[in-house]
Amino acid sequence: MSDEKLVGIVLVSHSAEVAEAVAGLARGLAGGGPAVPLAPAGGTEGGGLGTSAELIAAAAASVDRGAGVAVLADLGSAVLTVKALLAEGDELPATARLVDAPFVEGAVAAVVTAATGADLDAVEAAAADAYTYRKV
Amino acid sequence: MLDADFFRRWMTATAASVDREADRLTALDSPIGDADHGSNLRRGFTAVTAALEKEAPGTPGAVLVLAGRQLISTVGGASGPLYGTLLRRTGKALGDAAEVDEGGFAEALRTGVDAVMQLGGAAPGDKTMIDSLVPAVDALPDGFRAARAAAEQGAEATTPLQARKGRASYLGERSIGHQDPGATSAALLIAALDEADGE
Repeated sequence: MSDEKLVGIVLVSHSAEVAEAVAGLARGLAGGGPAVPLAPAGGTEGGGLGTSAELIAAAAASVDRGAGVAVLADLGSAVLTVKALLAEGDELPATARLVDAPFVEGAVAAVVTAATGADLDAVEAAAADAYTYRKV
Repeated sequence: MLDADFFRRWMTATAASVDREADRLTALDSPIGDADHGSNLRRGFTAVTAALEKEAPGTPGAVLVLAGRQLISTVGGASGPLYGTLLRRTGKALGDAAEVDEGGFAEALRTGVDAVMQLGGAAPGDKTMIDSLVPAVDALPDGFRAARAAAEQGAEATTPLQARKGRASYLGERSIGHQDPGATSAALLIAALDEADGE
């Protein structure tokens, strides 16, 4: 499977550390498959807690290999900013999609699935399916 | 008729008022939010006035679309995409006319408020900016002064409500008794219409 065909994934959190750590966790659990284009977009540009539209747009552009980009977001402004950027029309890659999924579990499911060469619909479905894993 | 200059004055007056009231907005946001509403909005509207000076958009719609874009990019909190969507959708609804009448503006602003409700999933009574924006839009046919009074009343009326959206919603009943910072800043935005009109 060529790297060119893999779906890209963006992890948007209020915290740079959370976004980076979840990316590291997902990459680690994806094992030895091909490297999924994956970019964290956490916190504000100044390193504070919050959401940066610029960081999200840059992250999405950096993981776009032409197979679509799945964006996962944690809370409030992260979700709203991604939705607002999608509504702008030209801020994110045309194939970018906000995926409705739990942040950590969804990220792992998305990266593992993307590593198999699955398409964007399959990556989205795997991430969303993480909501159904009850813990109690 | 309202021209691009009126809409620039509206944004400038909002920026001045947000700057003046930033500490109060942040104080309202500290018991039920994350204590950054004033500083976030100040950063956003400072960027709006700088962009309007630099790019000098020539139509009412272009002024609001540019302002909305700046807010989405620079605020850093949920108020960025929410206010950004409000202004951007209102601007898009105004199209590329050089001037708009008050009725046309009222209709466009309603389109913007509807877009905010859709984006955030909030309805009147949820203790959000919608609680001052909806009454303001309803009162707009009676003029900017009436809209301002309705927005201010709407903001005050959020005090006894329990928050159902955003971070404040995690507090449950503890959100009761605090005026909503978003409804308060939305009332500043509407009051600035009246100020821009009086200049």
